Amino acid sequence: MTTSAPSRRTTVAVIGAGHSGLAVSHRLSAEGIDHVVLERGQVAHSWHTQRWDSLRLLTPGWMNRLPGLGEPLLGPAHVDEFLTAAQVASLVTGYADVISAPVHEQVAVHRVSPATDGFLVETSAGPWTADHVVLATGSVRGVLPPLAADLPPGLPSVHAIDYRRPSQLPPGGVLVVGAAASGVQIAAELQASGRQVTLAVGEHVRVPRRYRGRDIFAWIEEVGILDERWDEIDDVTRARRLSSFQLVGGTADLDLNTLQEAGVRLVGKLAGTRDGSALFSGSLTNMASLADLKANRLLKSIDDAVGGTGERLEPTRVPDPLLSLSLTSGEIGSVVWATGIKPDHSFLDADVFDHKGAIRHDGGVTHLPGLYVTGLPVLRRRRSTYIDGAREDSADLVSHLTERLSTSTPARRTG
Amino acid sequence: MTETTVDNGVNVEALLGARSALQEAPEAAKFTWRATNTWVKGTHSKSKVEGFFGLGEEQETDRSFEADGDHPPQFAADNQGPTPVETVLVALGGCLTAGVASIAQQRGIQLNSVTATIEGDHDIRGILGADADVRNGFTGVRVNYSIDADASPEDIEALVAQSQKRSAVFDVLTNPTAVSVSVS
Repeated sequence: MTTSAPSRRTTVAVIGAGHSGLAVSHRLSAEGIDHVVLERGQVAHSWHTQRWDSLRLLTPGWMNRLPGLGEPLLGPAHVDEFLTAAQVASLVTGYADVISAPVHEQVAVHRVSPATDGFLVETSAGPWTADHVVLATGSVRGVLPPLAADLPPGLPSVHAIDYRRPSQLPPGGVLVVGAAASGVQIAAELQASGRQVTLAVGEHVRVPRRYRGRDIFAWIEEVGILDERWDEIDDVTRARRLSSFQLVGGTADLDLNTLQEAGVRLVGKLAGTRDGSALFSGSLTNMASLADLKANRLLKSIDDAVGGTGERLEPTRVPDPLLSLSLTSGEIGSVVWATGIKPDHSFLDADVFDHKGAIRHDGGVTHLPGLYVTGLPVLRRRRSTYIDGAREDSADLVSHLTERLSTSTPARRTG
Repeated sequence: MTETTVDNGVNVEALLGARSALQEAPEAAKFTWRATNTWVKGTHSKSKVEGFFGLGEEQETDRSFEADGDHPPQFAADNQGPTPVETVLVALGGCLTAGVASIAQQRGIQLNSVTATIEGDHDIRGILGADADVRNGFTGVRVNYSIDADASPEDIEALVAQSQKRSAVFDVLTNPTAVSVSVS
């Protein structure tokens, strides 16, 4: 682009100042590699702007480790401490200060494209040229199923990413679609607020909050599950798209049984709409069986690894089937889509996407030399799904990047 | 890793190969299955399946199968074949059992015997027009598997659960499908 304004040059442009981007920044600083961290809003932006009020992390305090971050900011690693979204935002903001990350806030990246000498990064604050780009923008886009477009006109709906609190929704019953962590948590909160919640349940991942006296994450850490590598998992594509554990931060179980005890009505996966009614799949019994079997396999694998035997889960109680529900009778006043979040790499103008629009990468390394992505589920290990994954992922990616720097031409290294 | 000698007669390598190939070529994965149906007499008709479209082209094969459809004497009919609703149960059982065998092969589970009983509950006041509030189709379908295999009860349950998860006919029955019928 010969017509563009003179651009600033950097060795690495990190896009996104969340925990993943900041961890990369810390590793780059430690290697003495000059870089900038470009942030569309403020540090920990999505933790400030895309979480509901009552949300707590699914993961206990000891899984908030970040490279270069020690006490007291991290705080004592209490097993039972589950940070609120606001506390995570404070943690990440404090982290940026501790590591003196070169963050440029309020800089929106409009386009990243390969250039003859690296990458052109076009932003609301003008262009940068970078030898390397690390995408660390997180999962910031709510996924809506195509049938969301078929809701009756005038029926209010909100994606979990925009949900804040029950009072935000109009009066009446609520159809919550999706039974991963966000769906079950929002369903529980709405039911407790006095609304009748109907929860549409497809494939989900059930795990108990505590097992044999300890938090479930303590076990999956101990038996090595969090360290399973992306290139050693049977079907990593599936592992990456699995929904989050059906959990809530704390010590109590939150599953389809506890929700039913609270009065939530369970239906099958939302399969379509017809004549103003929602149609639910008749597969709920099998979805519950799959989740129960899988959860008990996990518990058995823990027992096999550490010895002894704990209690197996009570089977999920499946109610008499309800296959359709009028969305126009007034019974349902709003719909909450708890149908997942995805990254938004639409600013990336490069041939690195698969036919479903997801970025292709091998453990965060794309096939375009110098382009990396991080902060995605099961990026390099199962731990990558959580804040705790940023330590090792950032080390691995910066190590790859440093290796590349050491073999590139000197002219490319001037920054 | 133990040497696998499991043989359920399923070529899992070919299926897994097809899966990874079709992930990269989604167009080739679009199949159209086809049957023709010809009225014979009364409620008796004959259906025939031969070719199908898939892998990007019309597949001309040697296959040609016929199936009769009729109703029993209790419906004042000639009993020349299973009722169409029974054929739906046949389809569900065939699909689920194929899945059980394939998944067992992939998981290294030797099957010794697999039998299923498939039952569909049906309030026929719907199809007779005797009560407008009764639906035409099944009010519920139950499948019970009896499986003898070299695996734990939990692993056998997981086989059956996974088979439902990957079954086309299970999906057809549990989820709405747009159906258009035209006359030429």
